[in-house]
Amino acid sequence: MMPERLPSIAIALVLAAMVAPAHAETIVITMENLVISPADASARIGDTIEWINKDVFAHTATAKNGDFDVTLPPNKSATSVLTKAGAVDYYCRFHPNMKATLKVAP
Amino acid sequence: MFTRRSAAIAAAILLSSPALLQGASAADKPTDPQIAHIAYTAGVIDINAAKQAKKKAQNKDVKAFAEDMLRDHEAVNKQALALVKKLNVTPEDNDTSKALSKQASDKLTELDKLDGAAFDKAYVANEVAYHKAVNGALETQLIPSANNAELKSLLQTGLKIFQGHQQHAEHVAAELK
Ligand SMILES: [Cu+2]
Repeated sequence: MMPERLPSIAIALVLAAMVAPAHAETIVITMENLVISPADASARIGDTIEWINKDVFAHTATAKNGDFDVTLPPNKSATSVLTKAGAVDYYCRFHPNMKATLKVAP
Repeated sequence: MFTRRSAAIAAAILLSSPALLQGASAADKPTDPQIAHIAYTAGVIDINAAKQAKKKAQNKDVKAFAEDMLRDHEAVNKQALALVKKLNVTPEDNDTSKALSKQASDKLTELDKLDGAAFDKAYVANEVAYHKAVNGALETQLIPSANNAELKSLLQTGLKIFQGHQQHAEHVAAELK
């Protein structure tokens, strides 16, 4: 039983390693006092963005090209996994003076 | 009254200095308790306008905008109340607050006579104008006059929120056309 099972587990592990990108990172983007920081963030496909809203106001991270639209209630955070490359300009729908750019490398 | 006379002269000198003449005169400079009252009143006015719009607006973007105004201005005013309590400051009514409230109640009456698309348009147009006016007052008078650092910082956050609302209102207004 055991010797037969081992190879399939090994294959599963190899597959899992291939599906999850080797260098997937979590990039934190904060909204505080109506300022998005960093205003210019860089990431890669497969990375996760952790959006943290430190204000008592609700904000959104809304991509101009429609790639994402994350709503952040007061003092809440959210995550999104990046699946598309490109430089995305995004803003807050409630406060369009909050603007930033996210560059996603392939 | 020698002391009073010299005080009057000092005031005259201060008033004639070019730096002061550019801005509001020293006599117009509001105190922190007055500034707190003006800022809070400005928020209440927009909350009342939003409550009216929630009932009367037809367009879904206008309704959503009114919800946003209600939520944000209630949050700012909650912070303002917490701050005056912490600083042990009693907001003081003043002519600016009174004039703002009077204008606002006239506007509510005027808007109340409108319905449907006409109301939506007039409400959003007034929101653009109102936020613009409040931003002007914050930038040129209230923020520079504030003495307490925490009050100043709350007003600065308020300015960013109001500037955001002005842009948001401008977007909604553009879509209504
Ligand atoms: Cu926002």
